[in-house]
Amino acid sequence: MTNSGTKKKVLWAIVTVLVLVYALFPVMSILATSFKAPSDLTSGTFLPSSGTATTSNYEQILVGDAQGLFLSALRNSIGISLIATFIAVVLATLCAYAIARLDFPGKGLVLTTALAVSIFPVISIVTPLFNLWRTIGLYDTWLGLIIPYLSLTLPISIWTLAAFFRQIPWELEQAAQVDGATTWQAFRKAIVPLAAPGVFTTAIIAFFIAWNDFVYGISLTSTETARPVPAALAFFTGASQFEAPTGAISAAAIIVTIPVVLLVLLFQRQIVSGLTSGAVKG
Amino acid sequence: MASITLNNLVKKYGDGFPAVNDISIDIADGEFIILVGPSGCGKSTLLRMIVGLEDITDGDLLIDGERVNDKAPRDRNLAMVFQNYALYPHLTVYENIAFPLRLAKGKHSEDQVNKLVTEAAATLELTDHLQRKPANLSGGQRQRVAMGRAIVRQADAFLFDEPLSNLDAKLRGQMRSEISQMQRRLGVTSVYVTHDQTEAMTLGDRVAVLKKGELQQIASPRELYEQPVNLFVAGFIGSPSMNFLPATLDGNTLRTALGDLEIPAAKAEKAAGKKVVLVGLRPEFFEDAQLVEDHKRANGTVFTATLTHTEWLGNEQYGYIDFDPAPEVRGLLDNLAREMDADELRPQIVVTLDAASRIRGGREAELWLDTRKLHLFDAESGENLTRDAEAGAELTREANEERAEEIATAQQADGERGTGTGGTGHDTEAVRTGAGHSSGATAAGGKHSAG
Repeated sequence: MTNSGTKKKVLWAIVTVLVLVYALFPVMSILATSFKAPSDLTSGTFLPSSGTATTSNYEQILVGDAQGLFLSALRNSIGISLIATFIAVVLATLCAYAIARLDFPGKGLVLTTALAVSIFPVISIVTPLFNLWRTIGLYDTWLGLIIPYLSLTLPISIWTLAAFFRQIPWELEQAAQVDGATTWQAFRKAIVPLAAPGVFTTAIIAFFIAWNDFVYGISLTSTETARPVPAALAFFTGASQFEAPTGAISAAAIIVTIPVVLLVLLFQRQIVSGLTSGAVKG
Repeated sequence: MASITLNNLVKKYGDGFPAVNDISIDIADGEFIILVGPSGCGKSTLLRMIVGLEDITDGDLLIDGERVNDKAPRDRNLAMVFQNYALYPHLTVYENIAFPLRLAKGKHSEDQVNKLVTEAAATLELTDHLQRKPANLSGGQRQRVAMGRAIVRQADAFLFDEPLSNLDAKLRGQMRSEISQMQRRLGVTSVYVTHDQTEAMTLGDRVAVLKKGELQQIASPRELYEQPVNLFVAGFIGSPSMNFLPATLDGNTLRTALGDLEIPAAKAEKAAGKKVVLVGLRPEFFEDAQLVEDHKRANGTVFTATLTHTEWLGNEQYGYIDFDPAPEVRGLLDNLAREMDADELRPQIVVTLDAASRIRGGREAELWLDTRKLHLFDAESGENLTRDAEAGAELTREANEERAEEIATAQQADGERGTGTGGTGHDTEAVRTGAGHSSGATAAGGKHSAG
C-alpha cells in the first residue's frame, strides 16, 4: 500500500518535471537571450557567456532607440485589450444571464452562433476586414482592433459564463427575497458574490486572447497609433542592418509576459474557485 | 405570530393547467399544518404562493386578516426553509444567520444582531460553528443553519419546503423531533410540505392531503387515518398502505376474493344499494386466528387464505396474499395506483401478524379480520361510504386541544428556564443552559416516541 503509494508519487513527480521543462524551457531560453549582448547571440550557449550579461536590450526598448516603437505599442496593447475585455465581459454577462435564467426561443441559436463565430478561421476574414476598415476609416485605429477582438473574446466569454451561471443555485435569490431583500438586493447580496469569480475568470481569459493576438494586430494597423505589442515586435531592427534584433525582441517578449503572469498570480484564487460548493446539498 | 387564511386559491400556468385548484384552508395561530401528496400534486406550489414566490392566479391569501396577494415576499414577514437549504456559500454561518437582520437596515444595532444570532445558534447547537463556511458543514448542520436563519427574525410564520428530504434516515428522525420541539416552544404558525407520510403524521396538528392540485381532506393525522374521506386519502396515509379488496354486497355479507366476510349491519346499511364496493382493510386489522384472544374474536370474522410469503421484522411480521380481481375492478385499482405514484398496484393483500405467529408462505392458514374498523368505498367515485364524520371531527378537536396544551407546557418550561428565543434581556450563558435542557428533552422525546 505505502510502497505503491510512494511509487505513484515518484511517477507523478517525474511526469510533472517533464511537463514543466517542456513548457518552461522556451520561456527560460527567451529570458536568457534577453540578457545576451548582440555579439553573444550566436554563441550557442543557453546562458549569456560569463561576464557579458547585459541589460542593454531592456535599456534599448525602454529608454533607448526602440523606445518609441515599444512603449507606444505597449500602451496600445494595454488600452485595446482592456477595452475589448470590458465590453466582451459586460455583453457576455448579460447574454449568459439570459441563457442561464430565461427560457426564450432561439436560445440554442445564440449559443450555436457564438460557437460558429469562434471556430471561424481568423485569417479568412482579415483581408475583407482590411478593405472594409480602409473604406470606412477604421483602419489603424483602436476601434478598428477592438471590434475584431470582440469577435474573438465574446464567444468564449458567453460559453464560459453560461456554463458558470448554470451552476449558480438561483434558489438563493428567492431565499434572500423571503429573508427581506428587494429584487436588486437579492441579486447584489446573494448572486453577485457567487457570479464574481466566474466573471473574473472570463475577463482574464478574454484579456489574454486580446493581448496575444497577432494576425489582426499586424494586418489592421500601419503606424504607432494603434499597433499592439505582438505586431510591433516584428518591426524591431538591430543597431545596424547586420545585427539581428533578437535580444531586443526577447526583452520585449519578457516584458509583455509579466502582466499575464501577474494577473494569473493575483487571481488564481478566483480562477480556481470552489466558492459555489456548499450552497446546496453536497 | 399569525393566522393564515387561504380562500379559494388557484394557480394556473401559461398553458391553463391548474397546478393548484380552489384550495381553502384556515390555519390558526400557532398551528402546524402539513401539505402532503404525491409528486406533482401542487403542494410546493401552494407553499410558494403563500410565501410570495409564485403569483396567485385567483383567490385571496390573508395573513392575520390582511390580504397579501400583491405583497412582495419581503413584506409578508414569513420565514422559509428550502429543500436544499439555500445557504449563502460566501458567508460564514454567523453571517448566514444574521443575513435577514442585516437586510432590515437600522432595525437592529450590532449588539442586538450579535445577541439574536448567538441565541439562535445556541438553540440549534451551532455555537462552535459560527465562523465556518457552509461548505465545511455536514448536512444536518447546514439544515440547522437554514433553520437558524428562519428563527432569528421574529417571523409571523415558518414555511418548510421538504426540509429533511436531503438527509439520511437517522438524521431525518432526529431533525424531525427537533423541528417539532422548536415549533412547540416558539408557538409559531408553520406550514410544512413533504411527501413523507411519517413526517406528515408525526409533525402535523392537521394534515392537508392534496391530489392534482385539489384538496382532498384536511384533518388531524388520526382522523385521516381512521376516517378518510375517499380512496385516495385512505390509500395514501398509512404504511404499509390500506388494502383495497373488490367485493359485492349481499345483505351483511361481503363476497370477496378472500371468501365471504360477515360485516356489522351498521356498515352494510351505509353501502346498501351499491353493487360493487371496495373494501378498505388496513394490514393491522388482520391477525393469525390462533393468536386472537377469545374476547376479541367476536369482533371480527375468520377466513382461510394461502399466504405467498411472510416477512418477519422482529416486533411483527407481514404476510402477503395474492388475489385475482374481476376485470372490471382491475382498471379501477390500476388507476388508483397511478394516482398514488406507484407503477401498478399488485392485486395483493398485506396483513400484519403477531411476531409469534407460525403462519408461513405456501400453506393454507386461518386469519382473523377485525370488521369493526373496515371501510367501504364507492367503486366509481371513490367516496368513503362508511365514514363517520362526527367521530372524525372529534379526533381533530382532541388534536387541537392537545396542541394548545403542548404549546402552553413548552412555553411554560421555557419561561421557567428564563429563556425563550422571543424573549429579551437574558445573557448568552442562560441560553446555553437552555439549549442543554432542550437537547435533553429531545432525547427523551425520541425515546418516548419509540416506546
